[in-house]
Amino acid sequence: MSAPVLLLSSVTREHVQGEVVVHALRGVDLAVRPGELVAVMGPSGSGKSTLLHIAGGLDTPTAGNVLVEGTDLATLSAGASAAVRRRSVGYVFQDLNLLPSLSAVENVALPRELDGVRGRQARREALEALDEVGLAGLGDRFPDEMSGGQQQRVAIARALVGPRRLLLADEPTGALDSGTGEEVLRVLRARCEAGAAGVLVTHEARHAAWADRVVFLRDGVVVDQSGPVAGAESLLSAGGAP
Amino acid sequence: MSIRYGLLALLERGPSHGYQLRAEFDAATGATWPLNVGQVYTTLDRLERDGLVAQDGDPDPDGRIAYRITDAGRRELASWFASPVTRQGAPRDELAIKLALAVTTPGVDVLTVVQTQRTATMTGLQDLTRLKARADGDDGDLAWSLVLDSLLFRSEAEIRWLDHCEARVARAATRRPVTPQPTAPAAEPAGKQGRR
Repeated sequence: MSAPVLLLSSVTREHVQGEVVVHALRGVDLAVRPGELVAVMGPSGSGKSTLLHIAGGLDTPTAGNVLVEGTDLATLSAGASAAVRRRSVGYVFQDLNLLPSLSAVENVALPRELDGVRGRQARREALEALDEVGLAGLGDRFPDEMSGGQQQRVAIARALVGPRRLLLADEPTGALDSGTGEEVLRVLRARCEAGAAGVLVTHEARHAAWADRVVFLRDGVVVDQSGPVAGAESLLSAGGAP
Repeated sequence: MSIRYGLLALLERGPSHGYQLRAEFDAATGATWPLNVGQVYTTLDRLERDGLVAQDGDPDPDGRIAYRITDAGRRELASWFASPVTRQGAPRDELAIKLALAVTTPGVDVLTVVQTQRTATMTGLQDLTRLKARADGDDGDLAWSLVLDSLLFRSEAEIRWLDHCEARVARAATRRPVTPQPTAPAAEPAGKQGRR
């Protein structure tokens, strides 16, 4: 079995509010391998978004380890951690954050240009990424000339352009009607089948059902999961368990 | 669902014999509710007795008898399509009963009952979603796709209802602290995850 792209082991995140310690996450273990889409479900306040932020290096755990492509983010300097975040991780949010003054292909190429890739190369990669999400030929359109579903596909292409293999999606179908939302999940699913590792936070069971595994969080703890569960041996071989 | 109406609807397309009817029923519903050929022949006998179908010619060389729908059968079928399905006499909803008893039986951890069911229902919903993705992929037939949608919507509604139960139980527990607090699975060792 291939090594996980994302590995959380015994991740705990506490927030101190005055004298009270709030546990956003408590001892969460999660491994996501290439080709796998994992959905995270739970009531509001269960720690779903904290989990996603920690997985993407936007927040740091109070205890435990986060490995992205085998690198422990905690061992890196702030600058090096930001570089891993930028090169390995793509985000898709409910509000797409596409830049309205840039065309679709320019939006998708932007992260590669920030990686230091030359303009022409970045554009070529962006066109490939748009092609993969079914938007071939629409690269020169601006966001407001595209439907909600097309814009969300641009956001997915941007999240996966270049060598990025970890896709983190927070309610990516939030603003879309149900048919378009399903279309976005098909694209997410296809990107994962092509070798990406995906984590999808959602409150819609219908959307979570597209995942290989569904992890249920409650009060910061993984209470259960559906779908195939990695055995202890595979976690050990991946270096995840102590 | 009565097999009677299923067979009448299939015979409306043209005369057919038992084996063929069984295959056509399975094709239309994706073999979700498979029939055995004995059920099909017993039902055909009753339909013939009631004058809703009639034998169509002599047995074929294999000895199989084809049946056709009669005018009385057509009227019966039309009235079936025209009337709503009532759930009277449907099997009891075991899950609703189980939850009702879980909240009133001392010592039962209701939240765990809810979660166990949610995981099972979600696993079913994942299976259905895979089938659906495949069915839509190969321009699959409309009848089967609609049957799948029905099962999908039902699973989704069940999960939504379970979420609702969980929220209601949690709220009730904070409002009446005298009720015995269920042991929160949250107190379990963190490493313990997986199917229950």
